Formats: sequence, C-alpha cells, structure tokens
Amino acid sequence: MAIERKWGMAVDADKCTGCQACVVACQSENNIPINESDHFLQRRAIQWIRIERYWEGEFPDVKARFVPMLCQHCENAPCEPVCPVFATYHNNEGLNVQVYNRCIGTRFCANNDPWNVRFFNFWEPVWPETLRNQLNSDVTVRSRGIMEKCSFCVQRIRRTVREVTREGREVVDGDVVPACVQSCPTNALVFGDLNDDSSQVSGLSKSGRQYRILDQLGTEPAIYYLKKVDPNAITEEAHA
Amino acid sequence: MQQRPTLTEIDINRDLLRPTLATPMWFYGLMMFLFLIVAGALGAFAWAINHGTGVYGLNRPVMWGFLLVNFVFWVGISHAGVMLSAILRLANAEWRRPATRAAEVLTVFALGTAALHPLFHLGRPWRIYWSMPPGYDFGRGIWPDIRSPFVWDPTAISTYLTSTALFVGLLLIPDIAVLRDRSSGMMQRVYSMMSLGWRGNTRQWKLQIIAGFLLSALILPVFVSVHSIVSWDFAVQIAVEGWNATIFAPYFVIGAVHSGVAGVITVLALLRWLFKWENYIRDDHFDALARLLIVVAVGWFYFFVIEFMMGFYPNEEPELSLRNLQLTEWPFNAAFIVFALTAFFIPVPLWLFRKVRRNVALMFWTTVMVNIGMWLERFLIIVPSLMRKQVLTFNWGSYNPSPIELILVGGSFAMVFLGVLTFVKFFPIIPLADAKEGAIMATEIRVGKVMVPAAYREE
Repeated sequence: MAIERKWGMAVDADKCTGCQACVVACQSENNIPINESDHFLQRRAIQWIRIERYWEGEFPDVKARFVPMLCQHCENAPCEPVCPVFATYHNNEGLNVQVYNRCIGTRFCANNDPWNVRFFNFWEPVWPETLRNQLNSDVTVRSRGIMEKCSFCVQRIRRTVREVTREGREVVDGDVVPACVQSCPTNALVFGDLNDDSSQVSGLSKSGRQYRILDQLGTEPAIYYLKKVDPNAITEEAHA
Repeated sequence: MQQRPTLTEIDINRDLLRPTLATPMWFYGLMMFLFLIVAGALGAFAWAINHGTGVYGLNRPVMWGFLLVNFVFWVGISHAGVMLSAILRLANAEWRRPATRAAEVLTVFALGTAALHPLFHLGRPWRIYWSMPPGYDFGRGIWPDIRSPFVWDPTAISTYLTSTALFVGLLLIPDIAVLRDRSSGMMQRVYSMMSLGWRGNTRQWKLQIIAGFLLSALILPVFVSVHSIVSWDFAVQIAVEGWNATIFAPYFVIGAVHSGVAGVITVLALLRWLFKWENYIRDDHFDALARLLIVVAVGWFYFFVIEFMMGFYPNEEPELSLRNLQLTEWPFNAAFIVFALTAFFIPVPLWLFRKVRRNVALMFWTTVMVNIGMWLERFLIIVPSLMRKQVLTFNWGSYNPSPIELILVGGSFAMVFLGVLTFVKFFPIIPLADAKEGAIMATEIRVGKVMVPAAYREE
C-alpha cells in the first residue's frame, strides 16, 4: 500500500512573531497536560512545538529571533533505530510515528534527537477538573513513563483522508491542516505534501531562503525553515 | 624467587574454609548492615515505580543520569573477571591463583547489579522483558529492533553473566566436595548436590581442567564485546556530539579493565585484612597485580588523551562548549580534577615503587581511588555531553541527581559487597584446589646436587 505522500512543513522564520499561538493550539489539540511553572523549572515541560528564542546583537542594538521548533520528521531519523522495541518508526507517509503503548521508556530516542523535540512523561499527566471536557477524543492521553512527540496531527490527516474519500475525491493541497498551522496568524507555517510538486510547501522547500536545521547531520529533516540572510547582519554569536 | 611459607593441605583447608565453617560474629553484623542498605535501595526503587520516573533528577535534555553512569561503572568492574581468569589462566600466570575466584565472583555480582540499572532507569520497568533475550514478546508481535544497542546490551551482558557463572560453578566443584565432607545436616545435602558427585579421581580432574581451559577460551570474545557494546549505547548517537566517537569501544574496554583490576585488588586487600590470609594472598600477588595495573592504566590514559584531544580537532562549537563545560564550570571542573588525580596521576606514579606495590594498605587505598576516578570519568562523559548536545543553545540544560538516585547508587555498592560476602559465607573465595596445586608446584626436591621442582605440569 504505497502511498506516494511525504508530509512536510515549511516554517517561515521571517514571518514568525513568536506569539506562541501554535504552542497553545498544539497543547489543546493533542491532549498535552498543562505545563505549570514547576514543569518548566524541572525542565520537563511538554511542548510538541515550542518557540526557541535567540538574541542577536548586543544591548541596546539587540533583536529577538524566533525559531518554531517541532519534530523534524526526518527521512533518516536518528531516534528510530535506537529504540529497542520499535516504539518509534517511519510510516509510508513520511511521518515519524510514536507508538505509545509499545514504548518502555528507555529515553534512548530522546538522547539521539539533536533538536530535543521528544518529550518524556516523567509524571502521570493531570488536568484540572474544569478542563476534563476539553480533551480531544481523537488523541490518546499518554500515561507516565513513555515518550511523546509531534505527530503532525496524524488524527487530522486520517480524518481528512476519510472525509475526502467519502466525497469521492483525492486529497489536495490545503486539505490537511495541523493545529499549529491553523492557528498561525501570520501564516508562517505551511503544511503539505512534499512529493506533490504543485503544493505550496514543496514550492517553499525550493525557495532561495530555505535551510534545514542541523542539516549537516544527514538526517534529511522534513521541515524547511525560511529565512532571508541579511548580508549586513551583526555576526555576534547567538545566545539563549 | 617469591618467599612462600610451607603450607600443608591441612593448613590450607583450615585457613581458607574458616569464613565458611567457623563464621565470626562480626560477619553477620556486616551482612545485616549491607542488607539494610540494599533494602533501602529497593524501597527507593519501589518509590520510583509508584511515583514515576519524575523522582529522578532527569530532565530534557539530560535523559540519562547517575543510573546509567553507575551501570557503565559496574559493567566496567565486571571486566576484571574475564581479564584475570581467562587471559591469565590461558597465559598460565602463576600469581593469578588466589585472585581468580575473587575476580569472577566480583564479576558475577557486579554484572548482576549492573543489569538491574536499566530496570531502575526505565520509564515502564514492568515492560523490560520486551527488550531482553528470553522475554521478547513475539506472541503479541512485539519484536525487538536489532539495530538498537539496547538489544545488544542485554544479549552481551546475559552471555557474560552466564559464562562467568558457569566458570565459577565449574571451578568450585572440587572445593564444594571438600566442604561436603566437612559439613553436616542440611548444608551437607546442599553441598553434595552441588558437588555433582565429585570424588577427586584422575578422570574427573582431567575433565575439570579441560573444561576450565575451554571456558577460558570461549569467554575471550566476551572480553572485547561486552564493554564495546556498552560504549556503543553512547557512540552510536549522532545527536550527542560528545559521544559520537569511534574511539569509544576500545577506550571503554581498557577503562573497564583498569577499574576492574583495581576492584579485584581492593577486594583481595579487604579479604586478606578481614580473614588474616597473609599466607595465601601474599605481597607478591599485589606486586604482580599492580604491575599489570600500571600497564593497563597507561594504555587507558593514552586513549583518554586521544579522545579528549580529538574533540578539539574539528574545532566545532558543541565539542568546544563541552570541553569548556568539563574543564571550567563548577562542579564539573572539580570533578575533572579529582578524576584526573585519582584515576591516574596519584596512583600510577605510586605503583612504580616496589615498596608501595607490596604495601597492602596503600594498594587498598590507591585502588579505591582509581575506582572513584573511573566513576567520575563515566559521569564526565555521560552527563556533560547531554547538557551540550548540539549548537542549539536554547536546549542546553543541567542535571542534579535526586536523593532517590543517590540511594540507588549507594545501594548498588552495598548489593555487590553483600553478594561477595554471601559467597564468602558459603564457598571458599580462594580456590583450595588451586592453592594446593600452587603449593605442590612450588615444592622442590633434591636430586643429587641440584634442587628441582617436585612436579611438572603436563602441557
């Protein structure tokens, strides 16, 4: 059942304002527990997409740069071969998939993930009573002791394919919209099929501004970042 | 020539079986104390199961911490067994005699304890059998991924554990037969079962010696494989700049021998002091082991320098920031200094002196020192590398071990010592048969005008 799809995303860092709408959208779509201050202090907060902020330049001539960071869904993912129980693998649509009930929690994949976008459930997730009804019934609630990560909203992909098939047509560009893409006010995030030459994302992936983060590791990430390189940029090192 | 007191077989039996047949009272007190620590550690593990992996100090990006450091440490200690018993037995080194069983027993318990650490470490420990050789859950389609070092690890460790346990058991048979003849009641029944009908006739001896050599030869590949595979847990990870190095396998193996042989010397010194076995574990043995240790330590130091320096060659940001962290930032700089001094710069120059090598107290403290250093070495490889995985500075992190992790680490030490002491309680830790053979081989008789050895080994 070869499906000739390869889902990918383009992230326009020039357009990103760092508003964190994608973070919140992802949180509510994917049943991610509420990150309280304790979780951040313990550095155990779970955010399948996060905004990494880097400072450029020295005060007062300083600029904040935002990099939305999520699972890169690498073609050649380093996290996959290290799992002893096949809890993470590549499916035939280019998704790096996590099988929650197969995971035993070695955290090997999280170590071998250069972007730190795999999250471990150190504690049993809890939701405030008032938020119990907002859980998304399409998404598994993960228990403690297992890894989780961005799934490119696989539940939305599946639903769209089902609905489109019922309508009797093929999936076209723009049918599948993950939560982060849907919520982005500046359209900095574009999702689509990289194998479809007419899709917006495959066009952007060939843009002159395109680069992939840690491309030198040879993992073939499916997320293309777009950024105009300023020839007059202050060439100070970036600091967190 | 070595000075060697003349010992009759009666002396040997009486002295070496003393902890077994006439156990002193303090022995039980010590065992009780260690047992309480082990029980505390198991309680800590139960706490971790009940509350979740969050009770450890781990976080993102430092997903592996003290437990994995300790795992590598104990697998390293276990390398003494194969080094001393297999390699020295095949090389027919006479001075290995009293040390071999202590090394193997240390191996069995160190390896067993090491094997528990992945269990402590897992997010869902009750599912560990999904990645272990006998437990693969084929029935439910849970296949292991043989590309993962965490599948190689249990395979290598269970192979090593099985072969060492066989080795200990096999070489123990004649000594158990001695015990069988000197015990009564319940224990006698157990001993006679374990001695497998040993009567000490020529055919049995021949088979036992052949089996011993065969096992030594078969166990040799394990010498290279086990710690190489443990090092690949780290070296295969392209995401962690500090780990992704091809030198890791030989570097870890020789480091393991360094800490393992040091561990055996520590145990021998302790046993000699506790049971007054000056006639059996003689100064010559410490001398020989320390000379072996000098060679191993210098070899290990070469690998360490190469590994450390090679990090600078590519001149890449993550490696440089890692070196910066290891060398200049508190508390890693302190750990680094202590590591360099204790693992190499204090003990090795000391061992160059014959007086030091023959001083048991000094040997005890220097070898304890080596293992402090080697523990810190694993810590300095594992934790700082995770704190500085890549150039993405937003994800740089830190790590503080939690009390639960500290209890588990302490408990692992108590567990190994308790294991060794339990063995000492039930079996002779110095091989009786080997000691007697050594005594016979050293006897000289006068033939005409010359002194010649009374016995020759048939090669």
